[in-house]
Amino acid sequence: MRAFTYNLLLTIFWLAVTEVFTLGNFLVGFALSFLILLLARPLFDEASRRYFTLFWKLPRFALLMLWEIVLSSLRVAQAVFSPRMKIQPGIIAYPLEVKSDLEITLLANLITLTPGTLSLDVSHDRKVLYVHGMFVDDPQAVARSIHESLEKAVLEVTR
Amino acid sequence: MLDWLVYLLVSGGVFFLFVAAVGVVRMPDLYNRMHATSKAGTLGVGLILLAVAVFYQELSVAARALSGLAFIILTAPVAAHALGRAAYLSGVKPSEETYVDELAGHYRVNHQLESPRPSEKP
Repeated sequence: MRAFTYNLLLTIFWLAVTEVFTLGNFLVGFALSFLILLLARPLFDEASRRYFTLFWKLPRFALLMLWEIVLSSLRVAQAVFSPRMKIQPGIIAYPLEVKSDLEITLLANLITLTPGTLSLDVSHDRKVLYVHGMFVDDPQAVARSIHESLEKAVLEVTR
Repeated sequence: MLDWLVYLLVSGGVFFLFVAAVGVVRMPDLYNRMHATSKAGTLGVGLILLAVAVFYQELSVAARALSGLAFIILTAPVAAHALGRAAYLSGVKPSEETYVDELAGHYRVNHQLESPRPSEKP
């Protein structure tokens, strides 16, 4: 967080010095001060340094999210238009590894946006997420695929 | 050239909204219907918003279209979760094809949801 504050501060200085208060100039200043802070990276402690890796991890996470939406919509389209709908719906209990509210929210949203799964509710002690699946032939396999592709991605951006 | 991109985006968006609508009609129960609306609906609206941003090519329009897109991606799953939970609590039964229901019997009377008991762990 501290690195982000410095970044904003430097950007405000940039805006004041150049005297052009537009979105474009804000972005230029932000990019420039980010590069400057990148040079000063060794001066930051471990926690603040996470800011720099987040900078390329966040866009990758957003792309993953968009890609999953496209895939899942195609899967739904395929299921909807097949003459005999071959679906095997089921509700499974998914044991959560993520802990904080933000992580659970992100994971639940991602699960809803991925092919064939929809998060229904989280248990009161935050240990289990109940997930409705459209193609549940093997509950264990569904849980494994959620863990492999989604939970790891969430953990990567939040920790 | 850009016109074609707009046509492509709009027809893609309309297609996925159509998928969502047909899905609502054809799916066997509420939970499966929500799959159609939350996924295909999100993508359909998203593509149309993108088309709007490409068509006008103005920063102010694009900013609004993109923030609309971001909010839909954030809120559609929350709406699906709220609807699904409310339906389950008010006793909407999953369809007969439902394969497993590990949620059954875990809601307490006060609507608190418990984790599976240790004996049930797979």
